[in-house]
Amino acid sequence: MTHETVEQAQRSPDTQQPFTELGLKDEEYQRIREILGRRPTGTELAMYSVMWSEHCSYKSSKVHLRQFGEKAPRTPSSGTGALLVGMGENAGVVDVGDGLAVTFKVESHNHPSYVEPYQGAATGVGGIVRDILTMGARPIAVMDSLRFGDVDNADTRRLVAGVVAGVGGYGNCLGLPNVGGEVGFDPTYNGNPLVNAMCLGVMRADRIQLAKAEGVGNQVILLGAKTGRDGIGGASVLASATFEEGSETKRPSVQVGDPFMEKLLIECCLELYNRDLVTGIQDLGAAGIACSISETSAHGAGGMHVELDRVPLREPSMTPVEIVMSESQERMLAIVEPKRVDEVLALCTKWGVLATVIGEVTDGDRLIVTWHGDVVADVPPGTLADDGPVYERPLARPSEQDALQSDTSCALARPSAADDLRATLLAMIGSPNLSSRRWVTEQYDRYVLGGTVLAMPHDGGVLRLGDDTSRGVALALDGNGRFARLDPYAGAQLALSEAYRNVSVTGARPIAVTNCLNFGSPEDPEVMWQFAEATRGLADACLELGVPVTGGNVSFYNQTGATAINPTPVVGVLGVVDDVTCRIPSGFVRAEDVVLLLGVTEDELDGSEWAWVTHRHLGGRPPLVRLDAERALSLLLQRASEEGLLTGAHDASDGGLASTLVECALLEGVGARLQLSGDPFVALFSESTARAVVTCADADVDRLLALADDGDVQLARLGRTGGDELSFDGLFSVALGDLRAAHEATLPALFG
Amino acid sequence: MSTRIGVVTFPGSLDDRDALRAVRIAGGEAVALWHGDHDLRDVDAVVLPGGFSYGDYLRCGAIARFSPVMTEIVAAAQRGLPVLGICNGFQVLCESHLLPGALIRNAGLHFTCLDQQLRVESASTAWTGEYSAGSQITIPLKNGEGQYVADEKTLDRLEGEGRVVFRYVGGNPNGSRRDIAGICNDRGNVVGLMPHPEHAIDALTGPGTDGLGMFVSVLKSFVST
Repeated sequence: MTHETVEQAQRSPDTQQPFTELGLKDEEYQRIREILGRRPTGTELAMYSVMWSEHCSYKSSKVHLRQFGEKAPRTPSSGTGALLVGMGENAGVVDVGDGLAVTFKVESHNHPSYVEPYQGAATGVGGIVRDILTMGARPIAVMDSLRFGDVDNADTRRLVAGVVAGVGGYGNCLGLPNVGGEVGFDPTYNGNPLVNAMCLGVMRADRIQLAKAEGVGNQVILLGAKTGRDGIGGASVLASATFEEGSETKRPSVQVGDPFMEKLLIECCLELYNRDLVTGIQDLGAAGIACSISETSAHGAGGMHVELDRVPLREPSMTPVEIVMSESQERMLAIVEPKRVDEVLALCTKWGVLATVIGEVTDGDRLIVTWHGDVVADVPPGTLADDGPVYERPLARPSEQDALQSDTSCALARPSAADDLRATLLAMIGSPNLSSRRWVTEQYDRYVLGGTVLAMPHDGGVLRLGDDTSRGVALALDGNGRFARLDPYAGAQLALSEAYRNVSVTGARPIAVTNCLNFGSPEDPEVMWQFAEATRGLADACLELGVPVTGGNVSFYNQTGATAINPTPVVGVLGVVDDVTCRIPSGFVRAEDVVLLLGVTEDELDGSEWAWVTHRHLGGRPPLVRLDAERALSLLLQRASEEGLLTGAHDASDGGLASTLVECALLEGVGARLQLSGDPFVALFSESTARAVVTCADADVDRLLALADDGDVQLARLGRTGGDELSFDGLFSVALGDLRAAHEATLPALFG
Repeated sequence: MSTRIGVVTFPGSLDDRDALRAVRIAGGEAVALWHGDHDLRDVDAVVLPGGFSYGDYLRCGAIARFSPVMTEIVAAAQRGLPVLGICNGFQVLCESHLLPGALIRNAGLHFTCLDQQLRVESASTAWTGEYSAGSQITIPLKNGEGQYVADEKTLDRLEGEGRVVFRYVGGNPNGSRRDIAGICNDRGNVVGLMPHPEHAIDALTGPGTDGLGMFVSVLKSFVST
């Protein structure tokens, strides 16, 4: 039997159903029966199982994520910084002034990338790009945060090569500049890499599209790729051989991407929007058709009738269950008034995009799915999309937490002789986490679309929003799993602090946040405690810094056996730049500038790159979170940028001042002669927060001093740019050539 | 009357908007051309932009060559219409036999995006009159299949006839024979190169403005004739 009708389900209430194999709990299955007043059909069971999965329903995280709304900072009701679409939609939308709005979001594709790194990473990019497209925006940039296991781990090379090629392969073929992100290595990710992809789009503020189906008689049109068996049961829901007879053809697998089709889909949808041809639009991502038809019908008034047999298939033998669950890529669902259908179909033909009417909006309140006339699903759509289970999972502070925090770095041997400091600096900047990312970023197109003002190796990406405007936005994406392991509350705040700072050093004003929360199993109370602490920390810090969370993603079950990854909240910050011609590069651009350090350096080396690189040590407490100082620093950078005082600015974070100064010098090959105050080891390698190195002309130093004094930011003169070495008076110097060799050789040697 | 320069959009073209912008900044009238039309809209010159035409799942440029617009462009180019093929456009020109040789996978096997130094070897094409031969320019390079290859006889002929237009300097990024980055046909009206001059037209968004000269060159060629 290829399908089971509602009538059959009614007649056979006692039929055993494979709900456990589909990932549903006893009580969840009972609730479905209560909702329907009967047992579900196979198709209905499939739809509930995917929509109520952790991935789609956020059932374990919801109670914690609410804080992002409850503690949301006040934002302007209109104009720059106004939140036009908040959390809960495909992506948040923020007003950036001049009638323009941007939408941005970060999402994980960790598990598929481990199984099949190229396609997993590629479709991760494809999925987030469709989320942005769905809001009505033209995608204009991507960024990614990647974390792999130890470089010595046997599997790391396969994953790095595949993931980097996949991110590049998809993004490059789509014509989206990749403007930054991060790549990290740590044994905690040996069996579970993290692939978090972010996309940013721009649109006219009055052209936001809605993911809802309204207007009785309006047609439901499926756009894009044919539906195949790829990606069915991405959440292992179809692992059961007993689920359906004839299951030998099931290939639960990672989705396969076709960026060319996605490029056509983008251009086609943008033209549909411009010509006002759709009343609603939704992308097909996780849970495919099941998700898009239930969400659009739940969020509109009325119901929907979908004729599944009209869906164009790659494999004609597919059953209704497989069709609703397929996660085939590059598909969108559009709601179109009947009189516009011909025009829509013609436009799709122009772009070579397959378009098929598969149903219509009805005046009932039911979502009815038929297969050659037989009703195979008849459900209230809200019960799929919005009223899934919600759990208050038990929390427990990890038993090892106290021991971990008391095992500080203070007992570790520190270098003090000048030669040892020099050797430490060279070892640090050549370490996998601090070395140049060029081998990775050179595989990404950063120029396409012509709007890239700054991209890696600068701290943040900066994009001009159009040819006829100097308005722009800045983006940064950061996380630190080690800090979060030592203290998840602070760790999430530190991730936010770093991204906020990275946006600020470009001269931008931070205005909104997105996040991707990568954790272990929510069923482990210790992991759930980490999650609760991290979300609480992030919500508190967003309130403090005045930047609202506009959306994001939770990825649970990142673990190998019983061992969870270090909790890894990754935070993306969006900033606005009124005039992109004022952007500040992240380094030394000319000789004879004065080099200054903004902020205060304390002895903070627990969880630092130094502790890891030289001692493989992780313990103690992460650096102090200094939100007031971060905001003061950001305001100072914005003012100094507006007045055109700064020739360069680079944040200090992983690897401390040493790493910052080396990156500054290598940006354009300009050295510097510097004087360190206090303990030179602490000055070079401490990872104290709220700090940045800036450069300016002699003539502007006094003005900068006055602004810093006014803004309550401590400022110390470090020295002067110039020459072809980085020298620290009384200590040591290193030729730029030696720095470059140490910094740039690492990744090509490991992975090239 | 301003000079009209067409930029073709194939399905999968990516740098078409950038090429149109470059034409405008150079002072020309930018005209969008569609792959499916047998119509060059009275343009005075054509740019084939970068990207992945038709997905390039077969061989880069292999499908685009058969598009309706290419039928028109091949005929017009043979009559002397200036045509510039950038990256995927260069691949399309080779597939169309307007230029000899072929572009294969980079020697390093990776897609590579970097600011590339080039030497202008010939200033006597329709697209390089603004440069002086021997000058060095910096133009972004970004491709996965940019290794220029041809048989020795063809390479010798290109060198002998002064048809190597651009050469990589400061390192060969993709293994191209004789460091060739760009070539032209025997009349000098058809030029193909792998680097992207349309990304070097504004110091704000590129490494400089060294690429603008190609667009200005073709515009001036109409003024002077």
